[in-house]
Amino acid sequence: MTAKTGALPITVRDVTKTYGSVHALDSVSLNVKSGEFLTLLGPSGSGKTTLLMVLAGFTRPDCGSLKFGDDEMIRTPPHLRGVGMVFQNYALFPHMTVAGNVGYPLKLRNVPKAEARDRIDRALELVQLAGYGDRGIDQLSGGQKQRVALARSIVFEPRILLMDEPLSALDKKLRDRMQIELRHLHEQLGMTTVYVTHDQREALTMSDRIAVVNHGRIMQLAEPQQLYDRPANKFVADFIGDSSFLPVAREGAGVSFVGAKLQMEGALPEGNDLLLMVRPERVRLQTGDLPDDTNIFDAKVTELVYQGESYLLYARLPDGSEIAVRGAIREGTFGKLPQVGDAVKLGLHKADTVVIADGDR
Amino acid sequence: MAATDLHAADLRRDERLERWKLFGLASPAILLVLVVLVIPVGWLFYVSFVGADGNFSLENYERMVSRKSYLRIFVTTFQVSILTTVLCIVIGYPLAYFISQLPTRWANLCLVTVLLPFWTSLLVRTYAWLVLLQKQGLVNQWAISLGLWDEPLKFVHNMTGTLIGMVHIMLPFLILPVYGAMRAIDKDYLKAASNLGASPRRAFWTVFFPLSTPGLFAGSLMVFVLCLGFFVTPAVLGGGRVIMVSMKIVSNIELFVNWGAASSLGVVLLVLTVIVLWIASRFTRLEQMAGGGH
Repeated sequence: MTAKTGALPITVRDVTKTYGSVHALDSVSLNVKSGEFLTLLGPSGSGKTTLLMVLAGFTRPDCGSLKFGDDEMIRTPPHLRGVGMVFQNYALFPHMTVAGNVGYPLKLRNVPKAEARDRIDRALELVQLAGYGDRGIDQLSGGQKQRVALARSIVFEPRILLMDEPLSALDKKLRDRMQIELRHLHEQLGMTTVYVTHDQREALTMSDRIAVVNHGRIMQLAEPQQLYDRPANKFVADFIGDSSFLPVAREGAGVSFVGAKLQMEGALPEGNDLLLMVRPERVRLQTGDLPDDTNIFDAKVTELVYQGESYLLYARLPDGSEIAVRGAIREGTFGKLPQVGDAVKLGLHKADTVVIADGDR
Repeated sequence: MAATDLHAADLRRDERLERWKLFGLASPAILLVLVVLVIPVGWLFYVSFVGADGNFSLENYERMVSRKSYLRIFVTTFQVSILTTVLCIVIGYPLAYFISQLPTRWANLCLVTVLLPFWTSLLVRTYAWLVLLQKQGLVNQWAISLGLWDEPLKFVHNMTGTLIGMVHIMLPFLILPVYGAMRAIDKDYLKAASNLGASPRRAFWTVFFPLSTPGLFAGSLMVFVLCLGFFVTPAVLGGGRVIMVSMKIVSNIELFVNWGAASSLGVVLLVLTVIVLWIASRFTRLEQMAGGGH
């Protein structure tokens, strides 16, 4: 398990897979950089798992090219691809012990017994399961199974690691911890990693880059912050994080909302159907003086919800559209918030004023 | 009375009542087992210890040990049972594997064809084989006209005929539990094996086969135990040359009217069967035979 030995880049070109008339993958092209942690994020049925299965070799696409490094892999059977994979249900062999599972890929590669034992121990240590080798699979908790599956997929030092929603079966606290652990492990081992999830927060937490997938197409491929702050289209903006959308009109080089010109940074997208994306936590309840780099909206509170660490306030704008506002609760601020029916001023800083094109392209 | 005893007595009574009701549902079956199994088997034991003169005697068992013909019968019985089981495995396991890999709809269709003969009378099937396999039967006629062999081969009234008939009748008993075990194997196990570097052949032998063995074991055991006491097929297709324990029991009663000798054979067969099951139970969980999961 020497760190960062020869991770391989992955090149996907024009891969298409249809089931009947449904495009599971619609001419997908994607470059995963060597050593990168890339996440395929999308709702169920978006094609993200199909793409992962194409990478692993379990799904044969209709056409397209897949290269690991410089080698064409599209027709290589799965057992010759040499990629590690963590399955959603772990797929640990129930008739083998933990060590038997982790040692399985080594046995297939005729690694001498003593060396295999060494590598099994190191892999188990890496996932913090040292000393668990003799346990049976059904004696493990969900989190432990997850770690064994991970150890098994990295013990033969694959240069590419695939993960299919590996944390989805764990409870939230464990999931949060495993996300950080997986991240560290990736930094340690440095293998090119493709990770599939439908959980946007998980994707934001772990990834170097995220490919948002829908209807068998990649909607946007970007770094997490770029994706969240500058989504390429409405689908991405809607799928990642919460947001309200306000229809705005193009006015010269900028846009206006109900006649009022908005201050903004960044470029406008093409087209005439434009939407202002409003992230709830970026909106400020404005009291007192109004800073002049902030767009102000007059609104009326329609709903106020207490959510523990934060409040969620819904307010109706003069044109009838509704936006959500989220804020932290501290120092007893909840009691001082405006109540339903109160008129409020909502501030949106020009850096947070992001206009996107309607539609999902 | 402490607050925690609130309704405690009533709740306990309800619990007891429910248990009795459940037990009541099983009572017809329990009664039936008592009347048609426990009492007759007890009677069987008793009769086997009664000699020709009507007194207590071990002569029925002594005869079994002293006479060579009896030993031969037991050897034949085990021979037929083992061979039938092995042939069933050789034919049934690959078939079950094939069916288990089909989409559910096709798999169900195949299972119906496996079960179809199961719903036909045993006697009819056995005599059908007799018709097919005899000297002037269909198999010999066709084979000779196709030039496969020149003289009619002897398929019936011997071990070959017995085995053909037995295997045909026993196959579903092997296929069903094996198929059940195979169907329960998560396809992801094979994907994982292949992802980790196992060729399809390697993945089959290291993952699929070991996971299917409980079903295979249960099915084999079922076939073997059923074979031990089988009568009709060896009697008809064996033509008197393949004598199994059950047939000796019949001849003891019908020909010699010796109930003691017949009973003692029955007792020994029963004990042997129980021993086989007991040994098997040490290696597997017997509920697999009834289609229980892992």
